[in-house]
Amino acid sequence: MQLNEFLILAAFLFCTGAYGVLARRNGVLVLMSIELMLNAVNINLVAFSAFTKNVSGQIFALFIITIAAAEVGVGLAIVLLIYRNLHSPDLDEVDQLKG
Amino acid sequence: MNPHVDFHAFAPEIVLTVTIVAVLIADLFTDDSKLPARIAALGVLGSLVPVLTLAVDGQTRSLFGGAFVVDPFSLVLTGFFLVAGYVTLLLSFDYIGEGDYYQGEFYVLLLTSLLGMIVISSARDLISIFVALETITIPTFVLAGWRKHDTKSNEASLKYFLIGVLSSAVMLYGMSLVFGLANSTVLVDIHKYASGHTPALFAVAVFLTLVGFAFKVSAVPFHFWAPDTYEGAPTPVTAFLSVASKAGGFVALLTIVRLGFFPSGNSWQPILWVLAAASMTLGNLAALRQTNIVRMLAYSSIAQGGFILVPLAVAGDVRGNAAWQAVVIYILIYGAMNLGAFAAVIAAARRTRSAEISRLAGFGRTNPAIAVMFSVFLFSLAGIPPLAGWFAKFVMFRAVFDANTTVAVVLGVIAAVNSVIAFFYYSGVVRRLWFDEPAAGVELSSPRLPVGLSAAMGLMTAVILVVGVYPQFFARLGEIAFQRG
Repeated sequence: MQLNEFLILAAFLFCTGAYGVLARRNGVLVLMSIELMLNAVNINLVAFSAFTKNVSGQIFALFIITIAAAEVGVGLAIVLLIYRNLHSPDLDEVDQLKG
Repeated sequence: MNPHVDFHAFAPEIVLTVTIVAVLIADLFTDDSKLPARIAALGVLGSLVPVLTLAVDGQTRSLFGGAFVVDPFSLVLTGFFLVAGYVTLLLSFDYIGEGDYYQGEFYVLLLTSLLGMIVISSARDLISIFVALETITIPTFVLAGWRKHDTKSNEASLKYFLIGVLSSAVMLYGMSLVFGLANSTVLVDIHKYASGHTPALFAVAVFLTLVGFAFKVSAVPFHFWAPDTYEGAPTPVTAFLSVASKAGGFVALLTIVRLGFFPSGNSWQPILWVLAAASMTLGNLAALRQTNIVRMLAYSSIAQGGFILVPLAVAGDVRGNAAWQAVVIYILIYGAMNLGAFAAVIAAARRTRSAEISRLAGFGRTNPAIAVMFSVFLFSLAGIPPLAGWFAKFVMFRAVFDANTTVAVVLGVIAAVNSVIAFFYYSGVVRRLWFDEPAAGVELSSPRLPVGLSAAMGLMTAVILVVGVYPQFFARLGEIAFQRG
């Protein structure tokens, strides 16, 4: 296996996630797309770490996994709050603030 | 084997962490709603004590393989964040107390975010910068949506969350590439790597990392969340976001550029130049047409962020530390001005029950004390001597002249034009305060202002006047920050 294969996979995942964040209107799917982007970063870090024998990349990946969990926890709470108040998970309906 | 850990070095963080736990426990076991607030305020002041003892000691302490460094730079900024956090607490006491909100949790989240800030001023590698940055932002997502049943507050929180997480992902992707190329997460090693010949991929990695930071400091074109979030969030939280949280982003940006990417100037200078020019221009032009005072201050803080980016963008051509000093001095003064302005907005809104600028008409006749201080903050933001804002602008322009290259001078001209544009909307509000007839329906005799709010406004006014007349005080802090410890 070469390093490039992992990097291309990560780049593809990252772009898929970015597309999902921009195109999806359902709050939960947007959160899942963000997870894809963060996991692309993890693949990058672990691949670099494995190929250069530098363990700090894997430590970085562990921190990202932990913090991503905290972020998604907060994110789901916010989406749930909006669902309660607006009775819809559609993010396009959240548009009171403009200017 | 026990590794030697220098507990004195992160005593401020320890005191603040203990405070967070104490607030949480106090909130759990007592019905006294004032107790968590008191503990929080005491804890923030308490963590200033080790900052002072470390400053007296004056020694540079490097921990965890250079990932966490306590030097004059980190002490000056830790002190700034703690003072800014304390002023935010002063603003919050009555606002949160009167609003039937969950008080204990509010202070826990605020202090957690503050903890991230004081860690970020010492963070010297990619992992600790990332963790500190997320410690700052994750609690503020919740704080922005504090008014659970208000759909505007929900929206503020949602927009801030989505942009915040997206920007973290982009920033992390950039950082992962930086790690892959430099084979280290410590900034010192990245600095060494950037000194040599770097491939084009390094420029891409730096670009992605800086774009992530641009979201955090709401630089144009990554600013669109800021006005909405600022308007929808509770006003003390907005003050906190626009000062402390934004300054946290700038401190991280300054650290990563100064200690990491600096030698590879071509990869970061053009990006910061464009961000600075766009933030100043678009921020000011958008502020001109706002009718809501909070939105106006939101765009004004985007523009002020552009001014802070100016010395960073020209730093590669400035000899010595003048550019870095300009950034630190600007952050300190901006903090005082903007906290004061938001305190005045909260005070005025208690009387007018509205954030519309038109409702402030004739406010100077009915509430002269608030209006005088409000005018001081606005004129200081506009940069009029003898208020502190002029000195911030002065050090910024001095950095531009030190650089003395064509691109730097062009940026300086853009900054000068923008200072003039900014004067229009700041003075427009002041004109309304003093020269317009009072609007019908504004209460003239209202209950007294809460002590905390008055104290915060008075303190910020004093700082602005003292620093404006005697700028050596902050100039010295700027010098100290970059002395070798």
